[in-house]
Amino acid sequence: MLLGKVSLTPALCTALRISPAFSGIQKQIGAAATQNARLYASSQAAEAVLDKQAVGTTTATKAATAKKAQSVESQSFAVNMFKGQINPSQVFPFPSVMNEEQTQFLQELVPPVSKFFEEVNDPAKNDSLEKVEDSTMESLKEMGAFGLQVPQDLGGVGLTNTQYARLVEIVGQHDLGVGITLGAHQSIGFKGILLVGSPAQKEKYLPKLATGETLAAFCLTEPASGSDAASIKTLATLSPCGKHYILNGGKIWISNGGLAEIFTVFAKMPMMDEKTGQMKDKITAFIVERSFGGVTHGPPEKKMGIKASNTAEVYFENVPVPIENVLGEVGGGFKVAMAILNNGRFGMAAALSGTMKGVITQAVDHAANRVQFGSKIHTYGAIQEKLARMTMLQYVTESMAYMISGNMDSGSKDYHIEAAISKIFASTDILWLFPVVCIQGSGVERVMRDLRIFRIFEGTNDILRLFVALNGFQDAGKHLKSLQKALKNPLGNAGLLAGEITKRAKRTAGLSTGLTLQGSVHPELSHSGNLAVKAIEHFGVTVEDMLLKHGKNILHEQFVLKRVADSAIDLYAMVVVLSRASRSLSQGHASAQHEKILCETWCIEAYDRIMKNVKDLKSSSTTQVFKNMKAISAAVVENGGIVAPHPLGF
Amino acid sequence: MSRVLVGVKRVIDYAVKIRVKPDQSGVVTDGVKHSMNPFCEIAVEEAVKLKEKKFIKEVVAVSCGPSQVTETIRTALAMGCDRGIHVEVSGKDYEAMGPLQISKIFAALAKKEEASLVILGKQAIDDDCNQTGQMTAALLDWPQGTFASEVTIDGETVKVVREIDGGLETIKISMPAVLTADLRLNTPRYATLPNIMKAKKKKIANMKPADLGVDMVSRVEVLRVDEPPTRLAGVKVETVDDLVAKLKANGTI
Repeated sequence: MLLGKVSLTPALCTALRISPAFSGIQKQIGAAATQNARLYASSQAAEAVLDKQAVGTTTATKAATAKKAQSVESQSFAVNMFKGQINPSQVFPFPSVMNEEQTQFLQELVPPVSKFFEEVNDPAKNDSLEKVEDSTMESLKEMGAFGLQVPQDLGGVGLTNTQYARLVEIVGQHDLGVGITLGAHQSIGFKGILLVGSPAQKEKYLPKLATGETLAAFCLTEPASGSDAASIKTLATLSPCGKHYILNGGKIWISNGGLAEIFTVFAKMPMMDEKTGQMKDKITAFIVERSFGGVTHGPPEKKMGIKASNTAEVYFENVPVPIENVLGEVGGGFKVAMAILNNGRFGMAAALSGTMKGVITQAVDHAANRVQFGSKIHTYGAIQEKLARMTMLQYVTESMAYMISGNMDSGSKDYHIEAAISKIFASTDILWLFPVVCIQGSGVERVMRDLRIFRIFEGTNDILRLFVALNGFQDAGKHLKSLQKALKNPLGNAGLLAGEITKRAKRTAGLSTGLTLQGSVHPELSHSGNLAVKAIEHFGVTVEDMLLKHGKNILHEQFVLKRVADSAIDLYAMVVVLSRASRSLSQGHASAQHEKILCETWCIEAYDRIMKNVKDLKSSSTTQVFKNMKAISAAVVENGGIVAPHPLGF
Repeated sequence: MSRVLVGVKRVIDYAVKIRVKPDQSGVVTDGVKHSMNPFCEIAVEEAVKLKEKKFIKEVVAVSCGPSQVTETIRTALAMGCDRGIHVEVSGKDYEAMGPLQISKIFAALAKKEEASLVILGKQAIDDDCNQTGQMTAALLDWPQGTFASEVTIDGETVKVVREIDGGLETIKISMPAVLTADLRLNTPRYATLPNIMKAKKKKIANMKPADLGVDMVSRVEVLRVDEPPTRLAGVKVETVDDLVAKLKANGTI
């Protein structure tokens, strides 16, 4: 259907739901993001993330690659769902990325690692000693557990992300304290060298790191800079001879801080900004050896959980760092930090899916044997609901972890939203797992203490929600901007505009726009598939509405951002289980019907939650609620505590 | 030129809850976790230790069965064996396979490989036969040191401390010999990930029983497999007198 003549009438603008004044909005969001760069690590992260294709490429091709990255359509499901579109390429079918050799290799690795954690590692002992037993550390080093993703020719095991996830799952199931010790070392501690290190740096450092002869730590956080990572104050200045950077500063909450020999340290450097001609603080990443001198650390922090993991302050006093030890580009440290955290995030979901599995086994054992009021407690509805919820949560978490690791192994560079979603999901709802379990002495109370930190480190869940929402908004905003451009040349873009008008008209009328998961989802799951499609459509519309309503100020509307992020998480979760359950049904697994029920139940509840969020975001009473909450918060802050006087009057 | 043959059997993992097939022809093995027989692990460990102490030059791990047994051979390679031999047996032959057939295979291989020692686990945890080592020695007409809890090589002889009902027995036997490993012989090492990687490069040779001139025909037919009877509930009594009365009443005393 060709459009006759399309002119930029107000009617057209309304149909396309674009205000003529929209032109600057997307640009403003970008500008505001840069302006408020220190407001959220997430916004810089969004910027960094878009440019991250450039991380690891030579300077010459950097500009070209960055430009290319932005013009290629994203294959990420999450990115597209913010636009109300479905790109199934990364989610359907459920990725199966290992070749026969990799599968066989992994199958050989799982039993010895499991056996080690079942028989040798003593989590209770590690917890009470507040360190990993020396003999266990030695065995872990011999086992090769410290260099799982280091290439084989540099002394590591050379695992893919999927293989790594499977082993990390075992560790998560048994001992999160050990998990963090291993993860702080290889998932973030020296990951930078793996991702952006020069060949010389890799050859120099990776072999000893792989065997655990040297341990690594990731040093970003400072007393005044946690979520606001861009505000760090540790300073690196070029020495007069020009051969060293002199490092001064202090880092806090550093895992392995007291054990590490090799530190990935982030410090600020004043640099000339070419565009403005002014000096600006930019962050650079450095590989710092304790042996350089001037590196000291504080005593181990006494923590509630993951006690076996060493957490300490690390101080750098006039530490001379050779210029060859700059990691990545001078001034490019923030991007390096974000790339490292982004790259390791899927590991958390994998580890926690293992933790959940372990806890569920204990919960089931308790519920199946404990008798109260004359019956085994698993016959009671309240307990059944708890067991069911635990099972669904584990199913979703596990599915997310392996979908993301599969995407990463297939070469996707566009997984940052999904990775953030998986980390939030795995660490938030895990609390559901605990009520029914017998807490005393079964090791579960230790697990409960160990879990609390997962919502906080590696990007607090609050920040990651903002990251998910803002990233999504940025892409959706670009889409709207491109429509804006199309409006300037309606005849040349008749097809695009016609499509958009039709789509929106249908949506307004409550009709399906042809968006479908049919062909991707197994026929037995088509109802749940339809729920997902409806949710995506409503979600896409809501995202646009919010953009149009708030424009650049969406950056500040955290009540909105949180709800958008929660919906995005639920949506991705729905799609992930649809994919996994579809595969089980197609392959005729014995468990396929059980998985079908897990999937359907999850989708029903997730759909309801998403629709509630969508409704709330449109409703004026919710807007009022947000305003009220702001006022309540202001009042208690002003009062230094509770404002309302005691009911008793004193 | 000293070479040791070690037998490794793939069995249902010791931690698995065994279930009898509905047709009572055997136990459920499909989809069930399998691993190396624990006594075979001890045998491998002993062989590798002997090699590390330089008493022997090469350790060859052998397993009989369908393609899945290569996993077990690879575990042995990861523990330090130098190469493997997979004797392919599948289908009905595999189901009916027992100590007689295995010992014939091992006897043939021991001769073919010119082994100085054949080390096996004392028994497998699935059939608990405790016959293969003994039969192999008999077929070869070699001395045997069974239920070994300590093995010391001294020139051309082996000193074996055996676990017997009354305690321990020490014997000296000449090589070539067959040894079977008992529980306290050693503590098997954990396969490390780097060793598993190295094991991928080690060779596993394939052959069939016919290549060794062994006929797999079984002389045993399994008629039926039953689960052990469920344990009946006990009865609690208040006093010793009650206990005696009850025991008298049901004819026990």
